[in-house]
Amino acid sequence: MSEQQAPSNPLTRFITDDENCWTLEQYQTHGGYDGLKKALTMTSPDVLETIKQSGLRGRGGAGFPTGLKWSFVPQGDDAPSPKYMIVNADEMEPGAFKDRWLLEKSPHQILEGLIVGGFTLQADIGYVFIRGDYYLAIERIEKAIQECYDAGLLGKNIQGSGFDYDIHIHTSAGRYICGEETALINSLEGKRANPRAKPPFPQVAGLWGKPTIVNNVETFCNLPHIINFGPDWFKGLGRCKDAGTKIFGVSGRVKTPGLWELPMGTPIRELIEVHGGGMCDGYKLKGYLPGGGSTDFLTEEHLDTPMDYDEIGKVRSRMGTGTIIVLDDKYCPIEMVINLVKFFAQESCGWCTPCREGLPWGVEILEKIEQGRGEMCDIEQLEALTRFAAPGNTFCALAPGAVEPLQSALNYYRDDFIKHIEQGCCPYEAGEHNHD
Amino acid sequence: MPELIQPNKNKPGQHPIIPTNETVELSESEIKQINDALHHVPFASGASIDALKIIQQHRGWVSDACLKALSDHMKVSTADLDAVATFYNLIFRQPVGKVVLHPCDGISCDLMGGKKIRKCLSKKLGIGNGQTTADDQFTLIPLPCLGACDKAPVMIASEKLFELMDENSVANILKDLSSKAGDKS
Repeated sequence: MSEQQAPSNPLTRFITDDENCWTLEQYQTHGGYDGLKKALTMTSPDVLETIKQSGLRGRGGAGFPTGLKWSFVPQGDDAPSPKYMIVNADEMEPGAFKDRWLLEKSPHQILEGLIVGGFTLQADIGYVFIRGDYYLAIERIEKAIQECYDAGLLGKNIQGSGFDYDIHIHTSAGRYICGEETALINSLEGKRANPRAKPPFPQVAGLWGKPTIVNNVETFCNLPHIINFGPDWFKGLGRCKDAGTKIFGVSGRVKTPGLWELPMGTPIRELIEVHGGGMCDGYKLKGYLPGGGSTDFLTEEHLDTPMDYDEIGKVRSRMGTGTIIVLDDKYCPIEMVINLVKFFAQESCGWCTPCREGLPWGVEILEKIEQGRGEMCDIEQLEALTRFAAPGNTFCALAPGAVEPLQSALNYYRDDFIKHIEQGCCPYEAGEHNHD
Repeated sequence: MPELIQPNKNKPGQHPIIPTNETVELSESEIKQINDALHHVPFASGASIDALKIIQQHRGWVSDACLKALSDHMKVSTADLDAVATFYNLIFRQPVGKVVLHPCDGISCDLMGGKKIRKCLSKKLGIGNGQTTADDQFTLIPLPCLGACDKAPVMIASEKLFELMDENSVANILKDLSSKAGDKS
């Protein structure tokens, strides 16, 4: 295969069975850093325009158009300096494991994206903000950064372009809220990771009060390929409206859980039944969270929905991280919601009331129902709670995300809630995975 | 000298501030690493998390006396340092065992029997979450989703990821980690 041939799997074509596929040498033999070299021959505004045209949307969960987000960074001689570019590699969304894969197998792809991004906005310093528990990923990113300096891909006058750029790594001390971009910036400043009120937006006043861009690992990975193969190629990769490919994943009781790079708009059924191998013997599909722990449940009737930001939105859930968590018929859905809400309650930074007080209260009511002590009015109480934590009532998206699985469980699994209350016990008690 | 607060260590009714007379000195290599971290940030407070992690890397946990020594070195108040130290999951303000076990309690692991693994660990070691065994070998601290959901249930310990755990593998893993912990002491 010619390396110049436009690939259909841009993000994973560097990932081979070879243990050393992460190294600079192997990355470059497969066309690595071609995108950066091409970008350096263009003007920064042209690179930004190319990213805008590609229709790339942020892969961290919110799906905000990347080019648009970046266009708010002040440019020109009187723009504030230095400018910062940050890769959010603090993956901690329940059920999300795609960034770890990219970090461990293709660290140079992330760095190339970070350098392309830096050149696009004429930034001075890039950061990789990485989860502290990802030991192998940290080791490889550190080595990859050193390889870049040795090869003249970082530092002063990169590849003779006159562009100076440095990359540092920050290993996180562990809190889910660090994934929120303004909380991440506070954490990078050595503070507690409380989100900041917006405006000002980080593009204008972020790290140390300077213009800052924060994007997900996978978002950065897409940039070199968009520059290398062009925005039209990128748009053509998607099956629906959304452009490009996506790293999708499935976990839970399916036969072959894992991660795959597939076109945007791949139907959920194909992910669970073909790539995930379908349900394990003896288990039936009860539902699933399409994009990680902070997305609304969907059920069997939504299986033909394409994994595309707008299409998933139409059936009232979110694409999120694109990593599906499958709920089987032997696991109590209330138990699953307790696990999730407990997680969000624990990881709440405590800054605002609906999150700090509301989520533990939710856990308390849910546990009461699970243990057979629930009353019918508890269901209404939980519904009220999902409204208190709705968007607009909180500083950041943690609490609204936390109540997404809860509100949809109250909708799709209402019978289960009622059964728990009427029977005075968990009807899944006999299931082998509950209450052991 | 400012008095230091020891969180969660007071009995109800006691005065909340326990002064510490204990002092420690930071080692040369700690100071070198901390100064490297300070070099990267425009304000000293920016290196707080890195500095706390450096102390922990050398000493296993961050004591009040260490916090004071760090405060003196960085010119950042003990209150600010403690606010940061108590916020993050991976900074320990209490002593921990030689090996800290982090079984995953994320939903993908629990769907695959993660709760059983945590119960099994707890039973075998005779400790609950956040506790340390009497011989100081193990501390049990479950962490949220460790990002290996296709290999659930999983656990991190001694910077190693253990995948596809079951109740039978728990004993072997503990034995293996125990001998390594023995080597360190």
